[in-house]
Parts: sequence; C-alpha cells; structure tokens
Amino acid sequence: MVMFWTFLLAAGLLLYVLLDGFDLGVGILFGLAPDEAARRSMMGAVAPVWDGNETWLVLGGTVLWGAFPVVYSVLLSAFYLPLLVMLAGLILRGVAFEYRMKTERLRWIWDAAFFGGSLIASFMQGAAVGALVEGLPILNGRYTGGELGWLSPFALLCGVGLCIGYTLLGACWLVRKCEAEVRDLAYRLIPALSIALLGFLVVVFVYALAENLQVMQRWLERPILFIFPLIGAAATLVLAYSVRHRRDGAPFFMVALIFAAAFGTLAISFWPYIIPFSITIYEAAAPHASLAFMFWGEGLFVFPLLLVYTAVTYSVFRGKASATSHHY
Amino acid sequence: MDVTALLLSRIQFAFTVSFHIIFPSFTIGLAAWLTVLEGLHLATGRPAYRRVFEFWLKVFGVAFGLGVVSGIVLGFEFGTNWSELSRASGPIQGPLLSYETFTAFFLEASFFGVLLFGRSRVPPWFYLFSTAMVALGTTFSAYWIMVNNSWMQVPVGYAMENGAFVPTDWVAILFSPVVWVRFPHMLLAAYLTGAFCVAATGAWYLLRREFSAEARIMLRMGLYLAAVLVPVQIFFGHLTGDYVHDDQPAKFAAIEGRWHDEQPAAEVVIAIPDEASQSNAYEIKVPVLGSLIGSMSFTSREVGLTDFPPQDRPPMLIPFFAFRIMVGCGLIMLALAWAGSYLVAKERIEQNRMLLWCIFLSFPLPYVAILTGWFTAEVGRQPWTVYGLMRTADAMTPFLTTRLATISLVVFCVVYSFIFAFGIFYIYRLLRAGPVASLVLPPVAARPNRPMSVIDEPSHVATTAARDTAPRHVPAGE
Repeated sequence: MVMFWTFLLAAGLLLYVLLDGFDLGVGILFGLAPDEAARRSMMGAVAPVWDGNETWLVLGGTVLWGAFPVVYSVLLSAFYLPLLVMLAGLILRGVAFEYRMKTERLRWIWDAAFFGGSLIASFMQGAAVGALVEGLPILNGRYTGGELGWLSPFALLCGVGLCIGYTLLGACWLVRKCEAEVRDLAYRLIPALSIALLGFLVVVFVYALAENLQVMQRWLERPILFIFPLIGAAATLVLAYSVRHRRDGAPFFMVALIFAAAFGTLAISFWPYIIPFSITIYEAAAPHASLAFMFWGEGLFVFPLLLVYTAVTYSVFRGKASATSHHY
Repeated sequence: MDVTALLLSRIQFAFTVSFHIIFPSFTIGLAAWLTVLEGLHLATGRPAYRRVFEFWLKVFGVAFGLGVVSGIVLGFEFGTNWSELSRASGPIQGPLLSYETFTAFFLEASFFGVLLFGRSRVPPWFYLFSTAMVALGTTFSAYWIMVNNSWMQVPVGYAMENGAFVPTDWVAILFSPVVWVRFPHMLLAAYLTGAFCVAATGAWYLLRREFSAEARIMLRMGLYLAAVLVPVQIFFGHLTGDYVHDDQPAKFAAIEGRWHDEQPAAEVVIAIPDEASQSNAYEIKVPVLGSLIGSMSFTSREVGLTDFPPQDRPPMLIPFFAFRIMVGCGLIMLALAWAGSYLVAKERIEQNRMLLWCIFLSFPLPYVAILTGWFTAEVGRQPWTVYGLMRTADAMTPFLTTRLATISLVVFCVVYSFIFAFGIFYIYRLLRAGPVASLVLPPVAARPNRPMSVIDEPSHVATTAARDTAPRHVPAGE
C-alpha cells in the first residue's frame, strides 16, 4: 500500500509537471508574443486543457494529505510564502483565460496577469523543489526554519531553472499545436532554451559537488542511477534532430522525456526519503486503513477511468488548434 | 481581542472559503440545469433552448473559473495555516479530499473543456454527455466536502492513536446520518441558487421587454423548480437543526439565543444577545415553541449556553443572527416562488410588474442564505475544529507568525477583490447583453470565400445539419 501510493503520488506529480508545465510555459512565452493574433493562438493552444492540467496539482496535494499527512503538514507550513505567491500567480493566470476576451480596453491587464502569474508560479515551484533538495531544517517531525528557512541561492537557482524548463516544454507544445508565426517563434526559441536548461543542470551539478550535498554521495554510491541522465541525454539528441528537421510532433515528447528523466533522477536519489533526509515514506505514511480505503476506490477504479477520459478529452482537441475554433 | 496569528488565520480561512462557496453554489445548480436544457434541445429541437443554453454557458464559464481558482487555495490552506489539524486528521480528511479530486475535479475540468471549446468537435450525444459529466462532477464535489465537514462537526468512525485520528469505520464516516441530512441541504441550496438567478434574469428581461421567448423559459423553469424545492429545503433545514440539537447542544443553545435551561422552553424570535450579562435585550419570545422545535414536545427541558464551561462555549452573536437571516431569506424565497409560480401558471405574471421586480431583485437571497447558513454551522462549532476533540487554537501551525498571517490575509483580500470585481462586472455585462447577443455564424474554415454574415438563427440552428457543421458563437463584445 505504501509503495502503491508512493508511486501514484510520484506519477501524479510527474504528470502535473509535464502537463501544467507546458501550459505555464506557454504563459511565459505569451510575454514574447508579437501581436494579438499570436497571443490568441497561444491561448487557444492550452485553453481547453489547462484546467485539467492544474487539477493534477490538487491531486498531488490531496493524495499527499491522505497518504502522507505528516509530509503535507510539514511541507505546506514550511513553504508558506512560496505557496502563497504561487497560488496568487495561479489565480491570476487562471482567470485570465476567461477574462481577457471579455474586454478590449483592459485586455492588457489580463495579458500581464497571464504572463506574470505563469512566471511567478513556475518560479516558486522550482524554488520549493530546490529548497527540498537542499534539505529543510526539521526537528521531531516539525519544520523549524522560520518564515524564510526555505530561501537560499540554490532554491532561487532552481526557480530560474524550472522557469526555463517549463518555457521549453511550452515552446514544444506550441510547435505541436500552432502554425505559421507562433510555430516559427517557438522553433527559434527551442535551441536557446535547451542550451539554457543544460547549462542550468550543469550549474546545479557543480553546485551540488561544491556544497557536497548529501544527494551527491548517494549518487557516487549507486552508479546505476546514471541511467536516468543517459536517457535524458539521448532525448536531447533526438530533440535536436527533430527541431532541425521541423518534426512538429516530436520535440514535446522528447522534452517530456528529459523532464521524466530529471524527475526520476530526483526521486531515486531521495529514495526512501520523502522529505530528504529526515522523513522516510514509511515514517510518513498514513495508517493502513486510510491507504486501503483510498486504494480500493480511487486507486484501483477511479484512477484508470480518469486516465481514460483525460485521454479522450485530449484526443477531442488533438491536432493543430486553429485560432478560429476558439469559443469566444 | 488581540490580533494574533490564530485570529488572522481564522479570518483568512473564513474569507477564502466564503468567497469560494459563492461560485460552486451557483455552478452546481447551473450545471444540472444546462444538462436539462441541452437534453430538451436535443429532444425537441427548439432553438430557444439552445440560445438559453449558450447564454448561460458563458456565465457558467466565468463563475466556474472563479470557483476553480479559489478552490485550489483551500486545498493548500489546511497545510499552510492548520498544520496540526492536517497532521492529526489527515488519515481521515486527506483520503476524503483525495476522493473529491479523483471523482469530481477531474470530471469537471476535463469535460468543462469540451463544453466550452468542443461543440464543433464532438457529436451531439457526446456534448450532452459532457454536460452531464460536469454536473455529476459538481455534485460529487459537494458530497465529499459535506462528508469532510460533517466529520469535523460530528466525528465518527475513528480511534485516537499517537495524537492522530485513525479511521476505524469508513462506512460510518461516509454514511453518517449527519452527512445525509447536510449534503441534501447543501445540494438543494445550490439548486435554489441556480433557480433564483435564472428566474431573476428572466424577470429582468421581461421588465425590459426583451428576449421574451428566452425570458419566459428562464422564469418558468426557475420559479417552478424553486416552488417545489424550497419546502423540501425547509424540511431538510429542520432535520439539520435536529442533528445540531442532539449532537452539538452548545451550538443549538447559541442559535436559539438560550442562555439558561428552560422547561418548557420558549423560542426567541428576535433579540440582541449580550455576552457580558448572559441575557437577551429587546427579546420577543414565543412560549413553548422552543421545546416543540427542539424536541417535538410541549414539556421538554432545553439546555442553555451557560450549562457549558466558558472555554467550551461558542460565541452567540454570529450563530444567532446568521441563522435568523438564513431562515428569513428562505421564507421570502418561499413566498416569491409560490406567488410567482401561481401567476406563471395563470399566465398573468407579465402584467404583475411589482412581482417581477421582486423576483429580479431576489437573486442575492440564496447567496446570503448559504453564507449565513455556513456561518451558523462553522462559528457555532467553535471553539472546536474537530467538535469536542480538537480545539481551533491547537489546530493552527504552531510557528506561524502574526506577520506572515497578515501578509497572506492581505494578499488574498487584494487578489480576490480584484478578480471578484472584474468577474461580477463581466457576468453583469453578459447578462445585460442577453441571449440574443450570441450570434451564430457559419464556421469560418468551412466557408473561406464568404464574408462572415449573420445567419438567421432559428432556421440555422433548428436543423441537425447546422449542429453538425458547427456554428461558431461570438458575443457582441468581441
């Protein structure tokens, strides 16, 4: 049971990162759109699915609460400020989808909200993950770091890194869903973003070595873990090839693979800790009665069903999203 | 009272949850109604149903978006501000909320996309199915929230282990009699909210002598539904009162404005309770009615608030007044729904402009009733978070500083006021523009060489062919 919910939580979070990652990334790229037609096209590429994507975040939060209540309690209270800012960002970008077409004179407000909200939410997610990797001050299962205990250069660096990563994912989504101007813009940005992302990963690596973070020691103990970076490297090569030959469908899946590899790297380097390196999944798990209740209903039946209809709704909106098919 | 992190956290939760509940209580009822409309349109082919559907779908879109973004906040607030509660009750409340995510949120979010953008991409039956799935999702969501809150009101099926609530009997938790009184009470409240908003909009158009075909559908369906549901709602309200009487006597005493034991007990209709002197000023009482309402008896002894030690008493002022405002709203809605339905049935409603004005202006009533109902339930539960087991003061994140709590409260107030002001303004503009502003244009891609011309809508939509070639909807504002 503990293993099942660990995997489901990990899968849910990975899906969140991939799905909301691309629509947050599109939100960041939205700031670079040259004109109204491009903005509308970008918005149209994510409008039918963003709400479902964000629901994976709620899934992560509620599964965490249900299956690992101690972790939910520690992490959310520790990340009070980053979460506040992230939520404000998500709110502002979320309403922008509905609001921007309802006005012309004040549309710039919602355009700014969509861009700014996406950027700040991405940054805060990255910063929180960075702080988690670096290690939070925890005593007797409770956070002791104070208001800004999570704040560090490494956390900020990870914030920037995730923004770059999401933007790359967003650019690849736009390549898939858009045509003409927006597609070309995205293609132009992908190489620079990819190089920036690789640069970020190298800096993180060097920083980790310099600081002698505990994660690094685990890596040196278990060389088999290097399989994940290798998968990431292979995906990068295919990405470069598909961008060069303008294969619209491929880049998104390659970047998704890079993300999955990075996520796997992270998850395996923490194992079996859920809050590195103070609380393990077994220490944090809810009582069996809670996990079993979740397993026999939502885990075994609702979750597969949910994957099916999520796939169905995605397939309804498959192919290029033309700006004219927009509801408004 | 000192301004503490605890007080600020309570205000923040009350504010964010009150803000949130406005939108689901509207969209739950509206989603069900949209399903009915889409079904009616498919069955009868009457274009007016389709116009009403498209019109309310746009309003639904704005309200639903506000509900989604304000709801995400709540899923995190339990951890940020109430970490001790989330740690202790996580094994019970966490799985319940995760069920809400799995069964409700995904259903709503996925099919909501189809509703807004997929009309041209899916067959009509699938579109109807999507509408029904959104409605089902909103209903599931209400169920899980009511299970969750009812467990905090009357905890059942648990054991205490190492300071945590461990579930021992999920059946008792899911099928607690309290849930099956309060869930229908909330669901009916949501349906009534939808009904009154729709009827009020219909009345508004009739007063302006516009969109009369659509306005009559709105007024008739809204009033008829309300005429049936308000009495049912009052009945479930009474059952809700019964559980409070039996399980939460201190809350019941506060609602009743009863400071001391009485036998037989009188019912305080209205008064100004005074906490300092533990008595009521300007009191109007009906003898014996208090026993009758509380225990269905003419002689029963009913407990007063002073029976409980001071540290276990809820404040009286808020539950007392909030409850009376809720009941007052309910009675006005009953009168409007019955009078309105009678005149609609007699086909005289359009001559009675006075009543149309009243119905038009009645749309805030269900919202006020829902908010005051929740204030009664939640403030009346104090000083407990989990009734009788965990105090609100012990539920809070222990290291939360006043400064941090102030920052978050201010941020939420500013952001919410901002999006609320615009949201209400945009909904108002949609309503003012009315259903006719939704023009049906030929799909641009299908007729690339023709200028976009407004097709006469009834003839266009009435045919199945038109549905299949996917008309495109453009509001006047674009």
